[in-house]
Amino acid sequence: MVAGAVDTWTEGRRLPQWLRSTLWFVAILGFLLLMWEGYKFLWTEMGWSWPVRPINRSMPHTWDIVDALFSPARRGGSDILLVILGEAALFTLREAVLGFVIGAIVGFFLAVVFVRSPLAERSLMPYVVASQTVPIIAIAPMVVLWAGRNDWPQWIAVAFISSYLTFFPVTINALRGLQSPPPTASELMRSYAATPNQELRKLLVPAALPYIFTALKISATASVIGAIIGELPAGLPNGLGRVLLRFASSFSSAPEKLFAAVIVSALAGIVFVAAISLAERMIVRARPEVFQAEPESLSVATHRGIA
Amino acid sequence: MSAVDIRGVSKVFGSGPGQVEALKDIDLSIESGQFVSLIGPSGCGKSTLLRLVGDLLPPTGGSLTVAGKTPHEARLSRDYGMVFQQATLLDWRSVRANVELPLEIMGASADERTARAEEMLELVQLGDFGGHYPWQLSGGMQQRVAIARALSFKPSLLLMDEPFGALDEMTREAMQDELLRIWERSKRTVIFVTHSIPEAVFLSQRTVVMSRRPGRITRIVDIDLPYPRDEDTREDRRFYDKVTEVREALREHE
Ligand SMILES: Nc1ncnc2c1ncn2[C@@H]1O[C@H](COP(=O)(O)OP(=O)(O)OP(=O)(O)O)[C@@H](O)[C@H]1O
Ligand SMILES: [Mg+2]
Repeated sequence: MVAGAVDTWTEGRRLPQWLRSTLWFVAILGFLLLMWEGYKFLWTEMGWSWPVRPINRSMPHTWDIVDALFSPARRGGSDILLVILGEAALFTLREAVLGFVIGAIVGFFLAVVFVRSPLAERSLMPYVVASQTVPIIAIAPMVVLWAGRNDWPQWIAVAFISSYLTFFPVTINALRGLQSPPPTASELMRSYAATPNQELRKLLVPAALPYIFTALKISATASVIGAIIGELPAGLPNGLGRVLLRFASSFSSAPEKLFAAVIVSALAGIVFVAAISLAERMIVRARPEVFQAEPESLSVATHRGIA
Repeated sequence: MSAVDIRGVSKVFGSGPGQVEALKDIDLSIESGQFVSLIGPSGCGKSTLLRLVGDLLPPTGGSLTVAGKTPHEARLSRDYGMVFQQATLLDWRSVRANVELPLEIMGASADERTARAEEMLELVQLGDFGGHYPWQLSGGMQQRVAIARALSFKPSLLLMDEPFGALDEMTREAMQDELLRIWERSKRTVIFVTHSIPEAVFLSQRTVVMSRRPGRITRIVDIDLPYPRDEDTREDRRFYDKVTEVREALREHE
């Protein structure tokens, strides 16, 4: 009911929202490609070499990157690079999604504990913060080792590493959101003799949802990074981590492959975040910026009130 | 039995050198169905007194009873309907769902909730706005939803803390008329905090005048103007006399 009513007088001349954002996305992509090729061209012509030499070995042509995506990954191999990267991305996304879910649940649970008990917040928050200053590179091998001792599949261990990066933004933002209702709202709940659980369900959590979704979008990207990094000590050959490492080491001979892998990794993150944005739009009723009530019925009611 | 009985109540915030004596030796008895206003300079403890009655704060001295119960018992038996200066509606709920919120919490059936919400919205003349969202309403309309919400579960005591304080003069007078109309129909006990002398006089049967530091009751002015009160009341000589009487009572203790 909401979106349709906005500026009806301009509606006729405007393209639908999704089409406009898609066009912008494509236009910006085109602009970036143009900048890339323009840099190569101009720097070559002028003989400049700073900050990056415009040679194909460090800056491959955009079409070479696209070409690499659709060529066999190995000489004489049957699978094209895009398929191999796609499979690696799916493998990594599986770890990332599991890590994300674990992290989101733990993060939300911590926020609820903190909002219920200021003592818990004061005493545990320093540890939560400290956990994020420990480099993930240091944690990852330990988790892999422990998981190995307990005969857990390696990809589950990677998911845990990924959840380590995921829970923090959720805790911080959810806590902020749970604390966002004004004191009078809590006093109202108190006057209804609401139980703490009712207050949580009817007031605090709905108020926190926009904050939580912001955190989930941050966490989604963090969980992909966490999964990629976690795959390295786990020595998992099927994920993006290994592929990125391999292509990085052969960068000087085939730089377009690394760029192709970077693009596919970025796409994996974008897909993840887009899925969460979609869920957000379905769950959270956004407060629109534009005043949308029909002006006539409004003024009628107001006048009736005064008369 | 009085609806509200306050005996020798005091309230001190904090301790040591930084403590604030907000209320001292408050005695006040309110009959069932009475409309009482609290007026006084900013910081004299009006909101604090309302919060003590509503069991949102504990007193540091004296005793309070609400219909013979402690404030705590009264709160647990859902005797209080509260309205604050800010409507505090929940943005993600429709107007109707906002009015239904207390009933939902109290475990009313869906049918009963719908029926009560419709009835309450009719009462505050927002029958056509049940499906709207709070941000689609003007400030005055939001405040009427807040009143509908406070009345939805039929509390015996209405506690209102400057409910019309954020409204413009025209809307404010319209809201006063409406509140009186609702009060005369439901005959609930009302404690109404305000900064406006005419508002206190127009609405209430008794106006309690308070002074600052520490907050205490300095005068109780009986407003013996007949109900129903309307536009003519606002222009009545006796109305002006009462306004003057309350104003002078406030000045005495400056
Ligand atoms: N939670 C609190 N902690 C400490 N001091 C408080 C607290 N609440 C109120 N006070 C103090 O108690 C005194 C009375 O406050 P109160 O809010 O009841 O005044 P009021 O009459 O409602 O004022 P106003 O008309 O401005 O709303 C003030 O001096 C205030 O600073
Ligand atoms: Mg106040």
